[in-house]
Amino acid sequence: MELVEAIILSVLSASTPLLIAATGELVTERSGVLNLGVEGMMIVGAACGFAGAWLTGSIFIGALFGIIAGMLMSLIFALMALGLAVNQVATGLALTIFGIGLSGLIGAGFVGERIAPAIHLYIPGLTDIPLIGRVLFGQDAFVYFSIALIIAVWWFLYRTRAGLILRACGDNHVSAHALGYPVLRIRTFAVMFGGACAGLAGAYLPLAYTPFFVPGMTAGRGWIALALVVFSSWRPGRLVVGAYLFGAVTILQLHAQGWGVGIPSQFMSALPYLATIIVLVLLSRARTGGSTAPAALGTVFVPDR
Amino acid sequence: MRKSLLALAAGLLLAGSISAASAADKLKVGFIYLGPIGDLGWTYQHELARQALVKELGDKIETTYLENVSEGPDAERSIEQLVRAGNKLIFTTSFGYMDSTLKVAKKYPNVHFEHATGYKRNANLSTYSAKWWQGRYIQGLIAAKMSKSGVLGYIGSFPIPEVVSGINATMIAAQTINPNIKVKIIWANTWFDPGKEADAAKALIDQGADIIMQHTDSPAAMQIASERGKLAFGQDSEMIKFGPKAQLTSILDTWGPYYIERVKAELDGTWKSGDTWGGLDSHMFAMAPYTNMPDDVKKIAEDAQAAIIAGKLNPFKCPVLGQDGKPIECKGGDHLDDGQILGMNFYVKGIDDKLPGK
Repeated sequence: MELVEAIILSVLSASTPLLIAATGELVTERSGVLNLGVEGMMIVGAACGFAGAWLTGSIFIGALFGIIAGMLMSLIFALMALGLAVNQVATGLALTIFGIGLSGLIGAGFVGERIAPAIHLYIPGLTDIPLIGRVLFGQDAFVYFSIALIIAVWWFLYRTRAGLILRACGDNHVSAHALGYPVLRIRTFAVMFGGACAGLAGAYLPLAYTPFFVPGMTAGRGWIALALVVFSSWRPGRLVVGAYLFGAVTILQLHAQGWGVGIPSQFMSALPYLATIIVLVLLSRARTGGSTAPAALGTVFVPDR
Repeated sequence: MRKSLLALAAGLLLAGSISAASAADKLKVGFIYLGPIGDLGWTYQHELARQALVKELGDKIETTYLENVSEGPDAERSIEQLVRAGNKLIFTTSFGYMDSTLKVAKKYPNVHFEHATGYKRNANLSTYSAKWWQGRYIQGLIAAKMSKSGVLGYIGSFPIPEVVSGINATMIAAQTINPNIKVKIIWANTWFDPGKEADAAKALIDQGADIIMQHTDSPAAMQIASERGKLAFGQDSEMIKFGPKAQLTSILDTWGPYYIERVKAELDGTWKSGDTWGGLDSHMFAMAPYTNMPDDVKKIAEDAQAAIIAGKLNPFKCPVLGQDGKPIECKGGDHLDDGQILGMNFYVKGIDDKLPGK
């Protein structure tokens, strides 16, 4: 049973950065903006998060640095894609390339440095319960925060007026504008929220996952987060399931190899992406699915003044 | 106004060509790096070698490097860029640059190229690599001595001969100490993803391995081993600061002597295309200090290292038994020949796993 507990613990920590980054991108896309720069914002968040924690000795301030860095990156995107109405796909890709370079520059002085990792919660009694104790009461703060975050986002999108307006911007920006809502301002906030989440998700890697910094350490997790949003068909509930599924596949395939299960490891590594494609196919076949992509996703909106 | 601007531009161009001409006296040597230089890892070790080169021959040469060059079309452009910038000797330092290097080499017969870890050569394209499996043999001895559970954990990058020969050399060595030793192998399918490497190390430890061996580039596995109170080996670079109580030793890539030798040959006009596959004896790599082990284990490691350098010990001494227990054909006299090791695509006896793709 100890092994099961160990696997669940690994799955939770592997899924957390995906869940946080994808939650941010979900909100961004729900407002009608496609920001493909998640990987770039994440990696800058990783560099700045580590820098912050290393300089101050505080994981919390490190996380804050990561969030701010992600938001600043997303502001560049907002300025280009929303302010100047540049193509969103091109801007997002450029943001990633820029972010990879920038994080190398910021992080250059920190390569090989180490920090104390994020502390895991410990409640005497509760954390000691076999099997579920450490899983439920023994995680680092990021894990609990990611779950609170997605619940908050669900509540915001479906239970508040502001959430309704944000979704309206994503589905039909012309109508939202005609009703008098400041579409570009709302989208800018959504993009910044996405940036903050991506930055935090990036910071999770050097602060809690592997407590050191090396360039390129996000290793494509931003792209998986983007795929997750599609996988979830833009719904918070499915996003949680998707993130843990992706994490579980990653961890279980490692264990399967250790056990000597004869499935090619290359195939196992590709599983999350295959799952995304399958879900996409199923979504496009099931026309009655209700919410698929926000109707105005990725389209440029220039209000006539 | 426009005329004066044109004159200014012409003047600048002229100034540019003059400074280029004065620098042409020095031999220009270019390097293409796969990753950022950073402070450890594959690219960092090549950069250390470049620095050693500059220290040795700095008054006769001028070096340039391009870092973060991804394998594929980017590589070809970058190599060509170095050629156009006047570099006469170009080192391309990753396996994936092989075809790009060959393509550019064929286009520029007057420039000399050196490709690390590849097998495609040309009149102006040499290849070089190291016999890391010699180091893996030493690690296998240490691992078998230090393991309490009798289970070794091995994180592989890709199932290519370089990695497979490392696993086999480790196992052959470990079996001389403990015939029942087991190895669990996890393929990460990446050279570099700290998160995944850490997860692989966790999975191996959770499944009972108490020694972690890695053929991936980040210090993540070392850090996990350290956290969990297990032992591990570093890769490419010194990784002891990530596991002061965990690192047993580490294979250190030391390309410096080779780079100096090849640049000297270029300067003398004696550079010739060839293939260099050096080991511990020719200083193509080294072993980090043997730490966190008792003196008797350290002695076993040092003796093995000395014997390998003296040519008295060959990890792939025949008979080498395949997984089915039958000896592998022995082409190198009393040991497997270089070609068999360079193309190794089988596991030796005692490895209870299937090689991916077999």
